[in-house]
Order: sequence, then C-alpha cells, then structure tokens
Amino acid sequence: MAGIPHDHYEPKTKGEKWVESRLPVIGLIYDTIMIPTPKNLNWMWIWGIVLAFCLALQIVTGIVLVMHYTPHVDLAFASVEHIMRDVNGGFFLRYLHMNGASLFFFAVYLHIFRGLYYGSYKAPREITWIVGMIIYLLMMATGFMGYVLPWGQMSFWGATVITGLFGAIPFIGEALQTWLLGGPAVDNATLNRFFSLHYLLPFVIAGLVIVHIWAFHTTGNNNPTGVDVRRDSKANAQKDTLPFWPYFVIKDFFALAVVLAVFFAIVGFMPNFLGHPDNYIEANPLATPAHIVPEWYFLPFYAILRAFTADVWVVMFFNWITGGIIDAKFFGVLAMFGAIVAMALVPWLDTSRVRSGKYRPTFKWWFWLLALDFMVLMWAGAMPAEPPYSTISLIGATYWFAYFFVILPLLGVFEKPQTPPATIEEDFDAHYGDKTPAE
Amino acid sequence: MIKKLALSALAALALSGTAAHAAGGESGHHTENVRFSFDGPFGAFDQNQLQRGLKIYTEVCSACHGLRYVPIRTLADEGGPHLPEDQVRAYAGNFEVFDPELDDFRAATPNDHFPMSNLENAPDLSLMAKARAAFHGPQGLGINQFLYGIGGPEHIVGILTGYTGETREQAGVTYYENTAFDSGWIAMAPPLAGQDVEFDDGHSNDLHHEAEDVAAFLMWAAEPKLMARKQVGFVAVTFLILLSVLLYLTNKRIWKPIKHRKKTV
Repeated sequence: MAGIPHDHYEPKTKGEKWVESRLPVIGLIYDTIMIPTPKNLNWMWIWGIVLAFCLALQIVTGIVLVMHYTPHVDLAFASVEHIMRDVNGGFFLRYLHMNGASLFFFAVYLHIFRGLYYGSYKAPREITWIVGMIIYLLMMATGFMGYVLPWGQMSFWGATVITGLFGAIPFIGEALQTWLLGGPAVDNATLNRFFSLHYLLPFVIAGLVIVHIWAFHTTGNNNPTGVDVRRDSKANAQKDTLPFWPYFVIKDFFALAVVLAVFFAIVGFMPNFLGHPDNYIEANPLATPAHIVPEWYFLPFYAILRAFTADVWVVMFFNWITGGIIDAKFFGVLAMFGAIVAMALVPWLDTSRVRSGKYRPTFKWWFWLLALDFMVLMWAGAMPAEPPYSTISLIGATYWFAYFFVILPLLGVFEKPQTPPATIEEDFDAHYGDKTPAE
Repeated sequence: MIKKLALSALAALALSGTAAHAAGGESGHHTENVRFSFDGPFGAFDQNQLQRGLKIYTEVCSACHGLRYVPIRTLADEGGPHLPEDQVRAYAGNFEVFDPELDDFRAATPNDHFPMSNLENAPDLSLMAKARAAFHGPQGLGINQFLYGIGGPEHIVGILTGYTGETREQAGVTYYENTAFDSGWIAMAPPLAGQDVEFDDGHSNDLHHEAEDVAAFLMWAAEPKLMARKQVGFVAVTFLILLSVLLYLTNKRIWKPIKHRKKTV
C-alpha cells in the first residue's frame, strides 16, 4: 500500500500464511487498522467514526423496519403505527432510525466544516473531498426519500415541493418530474420507487465510504497543522504518527460514547423534538399544510432555493439575457445545487499555499462568518418566505457564494499567512511532554 | 477541547431547534402548561387518570371521533390504563366492527381496533396529542419539551376549555369561538361542560379536570409505549455514561506515555 512508511503485516503461523497467500485479507485489515495517524489530531477528527456508526445504525434499524413496513399509500401510515404499537421494540427502532438521520447530518456538517477549516480538501486530498461530497448528496437523497415513507402530511407535501424543483428545469422539466414521480403527482408509484431507492442508496453510500477511506489512507489524514507527515524515512514517520489502533480507536470510541449518550437521551426522552407534528397526520392530497418545512438538515439549502425571487436583480438579469428561459424558480434550483457544487469545487477555489486555517489570520474570520451564515440560513429556511426572512436568506445566500467564488480565491493572494510548525512532532511537543525548554 | 465539542453540540441543537420552531409555531396561540404526570424524563402515566380519560372518551368523544390505530387490547397493557382482561373484553363488546369474512357487523373483540370516526369531519384522535405540538420555547428552540413534553395534550386541554360562548353561522354551519383553535372558530360544539361523567373514584369532574384526564388518555393513545421508551432511554444513557467514563480513563491511560514522555531533542 502506498502512503506513509510503516510496518506491514507478516504472516507468522502456518494457517496465517495459508490464508494470506490466497487472499491477503488479514494484511488488508492489519494495514487499515494500524494506519499511521498524525498524533496531533484534535477532537474534531472524531466525526468520521460517528458517521460510520450512523451508517451502520441506519442500515441495521432500517432493515428491521422494512420487515414491518408496507409501501402503499393506503397502508404505509398505518404500518408505521403498527411498528410503533405492535412490533416488539418497534417504537424504539423507529425512533432510533428517525433521530439517527438527524445525528447523521449533525455529524456530517461538523465533519464538512472541520474539513473546510483545516483545509482537508486541499491537494492531495481532492478525491477524498469529492467522494465525500457525493456521499453527502446521496445522504440528502436518501434522507429525503426516507422522510416520504411514513406517508404523513409533511412526507407528502415535502415530496411534492422537492420534486417540483425538477419541474422548474426548462423544456424537459415537466417530463422529468413526471418520470421521477411515476405519474402526474406524488402517489403510490412515487412511494414505491422512493422506498426502493431508500433501501438501495445506503449501500451505495457504504461503497463510497470505503473509497473515501481508501483515498485518505493513501494520502494520510490531514491534521490541525495541515503539515504533512514526513515520509522520507520510517523513523521520521513514526515521530509524527501513532498507529490508529489503539490510540485513535479508543479516543474515537470515547467520543462516540459521549455523543451516543446525548443521542439516546433525545431518542428516549424527546424523540419528536426534531420532527414535524404534521407528519403524525396521514397524507392528504386535498389539504395543504400552512407551512411546508423540510427537515432541519435541508434548511440552509432550502433558504438559498427560496432566496432568489423574481424581484432580485440577478434573477431579472438572467431572465432577460436568456430570453425568459431562466425564471426565478429555475434560478433558485440552480442556486441550491450550485451552493453544493461550490463546496465541492473548493479544492480548486482556495488558492492559499497554507493548508490549515489555524495559520491564516484573515481566513479565520471569513470561515467563522461562513459557519454563522450556515446557521442563519438554516434559521431563515424554517421561516415563512416573506420579508424580512427573504432578505436575510438573500444576504446569506450571497455570502455563501461570495465565500467560495470570491473570498477564497482572493485570500490566497492577499493574505499573509503565519508559518506553520515544521513538523507534526514539533507541534505535538509544543503541547505535550516534558515542559523544560529544548534549547 | 471537550468544551469545543459541547459548544458545537449546543450550536447544532439550537439550529435544529429553529426547525422545531417553524414546525409548530404557526398557531400563535399561547398554550398554558399543564403539569402532567408523564412530563419529563422520569414522568409516568397515571393509570387512574388514563382510566378516567377513557371513560370521558367513551361517553363523550367517541360519539363522533375514532381511534382507528389503537387496538382495544392495549387497554390492558402495563404502562397504560392497565384494565383487567375481563373488563377489556366487556369494553370491546360495546363496539360493533365490520368483519369482511362474515360480510357483516359483529361485536368487537379486544384484538380489534377502536372504531373510526363516525363523522366525516371529526378527525381521528389516535395521534392527535402528537400531531399538535404547542411548546417551542425557549426562544423557539423547543428544548423545553425535555421537561414539559411536546405540548400536544396541553393543546387538547386548551381546545376543550377554550370556548368563549360566542357562535357564528357560515354557510349553514355553526362555528364556535375557541381561543386555542388556529382560526379562532371551530366547528365542534363544546364537548365538555363539566360534570359530564361520574367517576367511580369520586375524582373531581369539573371542566378543567375532565379536559386534563381526556388529554392524558389521548397522549397514551398517541404514544402507548411512552414509559417503555423512557425506560430504555434511561438504561441506555446510564450505560453510555458509564462506558464513556471507562473509555475516558482507558484513553487517558494509553496516551499518558505519549503525552508525558521526555523530549528527545
């Protein structure tokens, strides 16, 4: 395996040699578990484990839920109530799955913002980043389709609104929307295909997670200094790193246990905190809820979608220049997907030669403003689409794009970064170890 | 570092709270908290209250409303009204259900569900206590439901006690002014006036007590596994905290030689 020089697995017993010469699986596991890991990783590097746990949790609880769920418009809602009332432990499985989605997105946002702050997306980790973004997109698709399955009011109307976005695409939109829904409106065909895809996509995600891990096991983990592990010799590499097992496995498990304690408190004591009460009303195509609100993890992008109304000059300009092909609705859709594309392109938009934001004094401010912007957008996304919320959304959306397309490219040119430590070892020793000065 | 973790956790909770805010904050009506026995992480249903609520539901609400998702047998469940089996069987006999195999109506058995609503515009009450959240504080974050519950039963109490006595006619339908209802005017005539039912245990049957009892019963109907859920939550949190402590100590111990070694420079 390419990467940081370290000891590889040597089969010792006869049995091990027999297996290893036929299928080097023990060596693969050994090299994965014992991967040299920068020893200065901080607590923001624990979300990967939390995410892996979430994926496993969602798949396991989901598979059991499927055993009792019926994907049919007349039966779906009742079958969920059947799970809640009649299936042994069903209520807890369902609440775990429901809140598990929230934990999944909570962790993925912290994971992404950690990457944005410490420059984890920069060369040579672009593929890790892109694969991560694809995983994130698939998570959103999976989460969205999963929310439709209980067939409550928000399931139905959320599905109607979101699939309507595809209808906004010029020329092919309407046909595309009909094709996606399997009919002119959200109905049984929609529920069935969403169910099928909701079952399929997590396994695609699992496959991509392996690619994600493979990629960063090749490049090595980033770390808070952004300084690379020395690869010139095994001795130097060992000064910068520790094997993943046991040092980071135990650390990550500790963090996971703390996160899960909070998670189980929510599941046990307030499982409907993050849900929408309207979803306890069976879907009714004839009664539109007063406010259709997506799940909290979609809100920032939902706010961006709604920010670009017909009276915004950018929208008017594009409307005029394209002869009316791009209307406000389509512009909003482009903006929403564009906001995620902007994030995916960040490896090529950030021009700074310093990787970690820790040593970029100006960048820090813009980064934290982006984090704040994300939260403001999330809040605005939950508000009705009217002033002042629409104005706030527009400002928030503008900053989101400005950060990626203007600020990051320019900062690399104008900012005077500080000098990061020469090695990870130096950074680590500055914090830990014998405090007597080395000189 | 742990502080950072906690901070980010708080931030996200706050964030998701904004969703909870939008989720239920439409009505704009103030809902009075009621101290229900089942509020908070350690709250439990009051069996006697659920039985009183069942009586009110049976004698008053069920004239129009249904509980289509609630199996009658669950009235015998522990953590619920916990009626004796024979009483549940006798109770089921009060209802008639349509049996497709007989192609006719027959007396219900405990394995049947409660009947559906009799009136088309009387909503089913199975999930009403969860379908109407009324608490979103503090600051719209909704975190107070940890202590006070989601506010659904409080909303039901609000509706039952919120009639002002004013009525108005519109397209041949009488509407009753109700301070807890979204539009302010509800098509349901005041179902309770106080002294509507007599309780065997001599419990007060004034309007507010009746409203609370039936709201508690409807909370059970919506969330019959509430107590089991809290128990699992409690056990899980306890063990996870224990596990966290053990892992913290393990982590500290294995990192000790790394963090406290002599410098080689």
